[in-house]
Amino acid sequence: MTTVNDVTETLDVKGASCPMPVIKTKGAIDDLDVDDILEVLATDAGSMSDLDGWAAGTEGVELLKQVEEGDVYKHYVRKTA
Amino acid sequence: MSTDTEPSAADGSAEATDDAEAANASGAVDEQPTEAELRDRIAELEDTVASLEADANDGTTKLTIVATQGSFDMAYPPLILASTAAAFGWDVVVFHTFWGLDILHEEKSDDLKLSAIGNPNMPMPNALAALPGMDRLATRMMENKIDDNGTATIDELIELSLDQGVDLQACQMTIDLMGYDEDDFHDGVTVGVGAATALQHMAESDVQLLV
Repeated sequence: MTTVNDVTETLDVKGASCPMPVIKTKGAIDDLDVDDILEVLATDAGSMSDLDGWAAGTEGVELLKQVEEGDVYKHYVRKTA
Repeated sequence: MSTDTEPSAADGSAEATDDAEAANASGAVDEQPTEAELRDRIAELEDTVASLEADANDGTTKLTIVATQGSFDMAYPPLILASTAAAFGWDVVVFHTFWGLDILHEEKSDDLKLSAIGNPNMPMPNALAALPGMDRLATRMMENKIDDNGTATIDELIELSLDQGVDLQACQMTIDLMGYDEDDFHDGVTVGVGAATALQHMAESDVQLLV
């Protein structure tokens, strides 16, 4: 599994609620190159399940890791294609 | 259908049925298909399976939503689902008809109301809810909640949907019925479509929703 040390870009969607974390993540991923890693910072508790579901159902992305740190949910998504 | 029809010169189908039965009977009892015939048949079936698989994998998931309601609260579900489905890379059509048109109407979409009366979720009795200005008050309360929660506005969701390639369609018949003009709608909204177009999209879709 790819490590999440090399984050290419960070997307801050703290304060935004469903469906914005997913939609903004999709937009940010579109602007990245293959193998780039996007870090998404969210405060929406639903983002844990939603980003997982989105990554599973979407071509060309891989969800590497999700962590909860205090009030912030951190997601790491790699662009695979 | 009767099966004891006398075969006649005019009735080719009855003869054809007899022939097919005879062929089946002799095939099942006397003649096994040759190995070459079976190989051909297997090759034929493999081709069919490959082409069906190609069709199945080729098509992106498609979602068609029919939006018929134009109240503030009912504008959200179709727009949230449409914009999220687009983020999944789905092909998305939202067909807006009757009051659902107001969601796409440039002026009216900023002024959609939550109904206070007859709404069991409202913390006020109907007698109060029926008073003038109560819909406005209920809408204002909801707008404040939406703002506090970081939920996108209806305008934002429309723009996001259009930016992502969602096909927001305004039913032509109800545009005429409501006395709207085609220019009243947000830029990028598809007009000049009717029930047949909606049905065609529904038939092609993996998911169809009526909101």
